[in-house]
Amino acid sequence: MAKYQLFMLTLAIIVSLPLNAPAVEPSEILQNPQLEVRARNLSQNIRCLVCQNQSIDDSNASLAKDLRKIVREQLISGASDNDIYDFLIARYGDFVLLRPPVKATTYILWYGPLFIFFAGLLLSVLFLIRRKRIMPEEPLSLEEKEELSILISREKEG
Amino acid sequence: MIAELGHYALVLALLIALVQTTVPLYGAARNDFSLMGVAQPAATAQFIAIAIAFGALTHAYVTSDFSVINVAENSHSLKPLLYKISGVWGNHEGSMILWVLILALFGFAVAQFGVHLPPTLKARVLSVQASIGVAFLGFILLTSNPFLRLDPAPIDGRDLNPLLQDPGLAFHPPMLYLGYVGFSMAFSFAVAALIEGRVDPAWARWVRPWTLAAWVALTAGITLGSWWAYYELGWGGWWYWDPVENASFMPWLSGTALLHSAIVVEKRDALKSWTILLAILTFALSLMGTFLVRSGVLTSVHAFAVDPERGLYILAILVLFVGGALIMFALRAPSMKLGGLFQPISREGGLIMNNLLLSVATATVFIGTLYPLFLDATTGQKVSVGPPFFNATFVPVMIPLVLLMAIGPMLAWKRGDLSAAMSRLWFAVALSFAIGIFVFWLHSDEPLAPVIGFALAGWLAGGTLKEFADRIGLFRDQLSKSLSKARRLPRSAYGMTMAHLGLSIFICGAVADSAWRTEVVINAKEKDKTSVAGFEAQLENVDRLEGPNYHLERATVIIRKNGEYVTRVFPERRFYPVQQMPTTEAAIHTTLLADIYVSLGEGSKGQGWTLRLWYNPLIPWIWAGCLIMVVGGLISLSDRRLRIGAPFKQAHKKVQENGLLEDA
Repeated sequence: MAKYQLFMLTLAIIVSLPLNAPAVEPSEILQNPQLEVRARNLSQNIRCLVCQNQSIDDSNASLAKDLRKIVREQLISGASDNDIYDFLIARYGDFVLLRPPVKATTYILWYGPLFIFFAGLLLSVLFLIRRKRIMPEEPLSLEEKEELSILISREKEG
Repeated sequence: MIAELGHYALVLALLIALVQTTVPLYGAARNDFSLMGVAQPAATAQFIAIAIAFGALTHAYVTSDFSVINVAENSHSLKPLLYKISGVWGNHEGSMILWVLILALFGFAVAQFGVHLPPTLKARVLSVQASIGVAFLGFILLTSNPFLRLDPAPIDGRDLNPLLQDPGLAFHPPMLYLGYVGFSMAFSFAVAALIEGRVDPAWARWVRPWTLAAWVALTAGITLGSWWAYYELGWGGWWYWDPVENASFMPWLSGTALLHSAIVVEKRDALKSWTILLAILTFALSLMGTFLVRSGVLTSVHAFAVDPERGLYILAILVLFVGGALIMFALRAPSMKLGGLFQPISREGGLIMNNLLLSVATATVFIGTLYPLFLDATTGQKVSVGPPFFNATFVPVMIPLVLLMAIGPMLAWKRGDLSAAMSRLWFAVALSFAIGIFVFWLHSDEPLAPVIGFALAGWLAGGTLKEFADRIGLFRDQLSKSLSKARRLPRSAYGMTMAHLGLSIFICGAVADSAWRTEVVINAKEKDKTSVAGFEAQLENVDRLEGPNYHLERATVIIRKNGEYVTRVFPERRFYPVQQMPTTEAAIHTTLLADIYVSLGEGSKGQGWTLRLWYNPLIPWIWAGCLIMVVGGLISLSDRRLRIGAPFKQAHKKVQENGLLEDA
């Protein structure tokens, strides 16, 4: 049921809100430029939970707006970036992070490509070794050598 | 009446495709030429029938025949003609018609131009191609028929999603589909080769141009989509690692790998099994892109229809074709003859590394896109995978690939000399350092990432230019001799040089934009000023106007630098009453070195408007780089040796077989 409600909520938001209006509004921007830069960086890593794959920096859903406000309020009260992430994770779970944490459930996600690389490398090496065993290199025949020298001399002239 | 004609033509196409799938295949097995001969006229007839269906649907759109449900739901009488036409494929049903039209077009092309193909191979290729047609024509007729009627017909239609009413997007889907479906040729050839049980260089000479053509179209299609997202969405970004973008990027990555491994099959008769596997996987990724976008598993602008039944049907097609092809591969591949020998350090070896890294890159995007769905389905846990993840995992795979791109082309076929290649790379090292130091000097107070990115681009450009210069003997021979060598160089060599340079330019654009983009968001009333990256922008005024099928507010923004007038730009905010949807039309002032990007937000005269300004350094280089890659691909495609059926000169072939002439 909760899933269904979330879906309907998502649908309602997608339908009611223009997809293409950018997010951060002038009134939200902090006076302190350093804090604002941190706020923007944080916002880009935090998911707008009711949107399709948008960060709260990109989304103008009301939830995204609230989260942007929370991030900025916490920054002003002196919280570190990690404090803010921890606060959001405690509230919404890992789902809120656009860069998922490395843990047992995400090992495949983070290390899968690396595994494929080494497996592929191993297979390539085995392939080359096996080939060499099956097909030993034959020396050039007399005919081929002759043709070769003709070609080389022609290449030098040209 | 015309819609019924289209419907009838579609049913006819399905029946023809059924004949084309079965009869030539049987004929090829029996070595019966009259049965194999059915393939050619059938392919032509199938193409004509689908073209008639496509024409009928286009007619319904152009004449605004709202008694057709599809037209009523996706068009409007006031819509400009261009978008009436592009509206044909701006919806699920119509886009599937375009899909099968292009599929049949490729089959038609093989039927027409494949005179030099061995008859059994040609019959089998056309038969496999037609079987894909059967699946998708069945899909259209059973679940997505665009010719259904509506009674009574509404007075007007519901209009096309305003975001899609855009010239960039009018041509984005056809290009993308040419790419996706183009890989069906590689697939059909791969399956036909598996049935035949043999792959020879003639096979590769056929597969390569088709793959290249598909790659060119896909590159152009993705570029158009990205460009559209850049100027239409009003966010100033150009790539979001959105699942739908990824769905088109995966076949591009594996298609790029296929393009390179097909060279090895053609020139050296090696890596045959792998190339066949790659052809199957590339088309599988194209089908998966269609599945992901059409099934509603991923929701976005592209998902016209959230319909599980359709999703299941496409999933069934995917499983049937890819599963079938892979089983066939497992049965047949081990008995394939091994091809030409080579040392690990050689052009072939370099291309194996290219394929390995591109496969890993594809896997990275694949896992990142699908793992959240997988985790949710198996454990119910939710995880988000966004741009920060892809930036952290995809970029590290690209760095060694780009490093290798400068070295690989300098290695000889069969047995390369790494130290000789390295000593030729001094120019790449020099250029890399020069650019890196220059960038560091410009931005010494910032993180080192852009310095590394630019150094990498310099390395690639340096290596590519040096390879080209060496090939024509520039600075070594007399200039006249170099020029005559340059004239005799095969076009595919020019194509490679351009495509690799294009990537280098693209890297500059992508790195600069991600590192140094600046953004300003203000609330501005008329005559208010602000500044971004040394430019001063003044909101002159905002006018209310009427468009053909929308209302709009148009702002006039004057850009000045050091008090001097630079330009005037006109960002718009449109409202489409039929769909009750606003869109933004950003105004972009492009120079060679940067874009000034202005987007108008909500507001009023009393309150002022939200104005967003970006300074996007080198972002035009992104499109320029992609365009150069596309042109490089086209030049390579025009190479005489790739021209379909062009017979090889005997002497030339012998030289190549011995691996002496370094000519690609």
